[in-house]
Amino acid sequence: MNPDITLKITDREGVLHEIQAPTDMAMNLMEVVRSYELAPEGTIGICGGMAMCASCQCYVKSDHELPEMGEEEEAMLAEAFYVEDNSRLGCQIPITPELDGLEVELAPES
Amino acid sequence: MIKTDILIIGAGPTGLFTVFEAGLLKLRCHLIDALPQQGGQCSEIYPKKPIYDIPAYPEILAGDLTDKLMEQIKQFEPGFTLGERADTIDKQEDGTFIVTTNKGTKHHAPVVAIAGGLGSFEPRKPPIPNIADFEDKGVEYIIRDPELYRDKKVVISGGGDSALDWSIFLTDVASSVTLIHRRNEFRGALDSVDKVQELKDEGKLTLITPAEVKGIVGGDKVTGVEVHKKDEEPFIIETDHFIPLFGLSPKLGPIADWGLEIEKNAIKVNNALDYQTNIPGIYAIGDVNTYPGKLKLILCGFHEATLMCQSAFQRIFPDKKYVMKYTTVGGVDGFDGTRKEAPKAVIKSIN
Repeated sequence: MNPDITLKITDREGVLHEIQAPTDMAMNLMEVVRSYELAPEGTIGICGGMAMCASCQCYVKSDHELPEMGEEEEAMLAEAFYVEDNSRLGCQIPITPELDGLEVELAPES
Repeated sequence: MIKTDILIIGAGPTGLFTVFEAGLLKLRCHLIDALPQQGGQCSEIYPKKPIYDIPAYPEILAGDLTDKLMEQIKQFEPGFTLGERADTIDKQEDGTFIVTTNKGTKHHAPVVAIAGGLGSFEPRKPPIPNIADFEDKGVEYIIRDPELYRDKKVVISGGGDSALDWSIFLTDVASSVTLIHRRNEFRGALDSVDKVQELKDEGKLTLITPAEVKGIVGGDKVTGVEVHKKDEEPFIIETDHFIPLFGLSPKLGPIADWGLEIEKNAIKVNNALDYQTNIPGIYAIGDVNTYPGKLKLILCGFHEATLMCQSAFQRIFPDKKYVMKYTTVGGVDGFDGTRKEAPKAVIKSIN
């Protein structure tokens, strides 16, 4: 079985990328974005994925069921900028088979 | 003018360990950091988080790693310029450098080692369209002198420790304090949250949640802020100062204009040799540099710092012979007169 899923990611310039992401490498959405260099290094994943900087904020466009927000993510989003109702931190979304077809848009750099 | 052998930009783990490796070569170091304390990201972003890949430490808190590094380098008496950002660099005719901070402090050294991590930590500025017009005219992102707020009306926004702590502190200084946060929950230390609750109940502090400041009103200076609450008409609160406290985020900043080759927000260096940049005498080590295969790990920064110091030594003393010595063999001679050494073996004959 192919452990990859397809993700549709719109970068900060508005360009849509349809990419493959592995579900067996313990990756999260922020790391997938970094591995494809969809946002410049140093502008995403600054804290390394601890939900402590919000540089990986994204807007979820499809109606996939995502893991519930933890307290750290909620608190960080409460202090982030450009937050919308569909905002999530990419580093808190593990890549699982259920997310096949997920559509997200990266939030502006802040 | 501060004079040293190796001027280190950035007092994170890589910068701090450089002091040790330089000290073994009898080179003195001085460090500049925009933050008011040592440790870089380790102390600013995640002091209470564990790190598992520091060799020989199965687990160590980032804050403890900083403390241990400070202890390890103590005998080499590093100098520190903290709370100032390295802004400009000027190469002298003799090949040495003068680095000047945003506060005008000048540092002179034959070698500059940039260990700047992801850059200098700058306050995160909320995206309020006209906020830049009011900077230092009532909008402050950092509280430098609390006396500025004596008998003034103050609005603070944010939900972390600094927003809570300053709100508490300023109730005794300002004529009024209003704290605005996007949620009802705060993520600061429990004591601080309780104290804010108490001050609110006593009427000494106004709390507006969940709400957001989305505009600033005023002419030459701030006279009020526009507050948005969900399902309510925006309203104006009169104030003399607006202090958004949303934490800090690192920006490469002025270093990007030093004429160094930059790639992916990092400084290109020679990984095959000594981590020197395209400008001889300026090195870049740790998270701030890039080369094929680069990994932004503390342990890689330590390695890079070690090789860099050897090259710096040769640059400063081109004719001096030197071979690397194990600390177990050579001991550690501090600039403070202390000496650490392995205990001598006891030799005794058996009759």
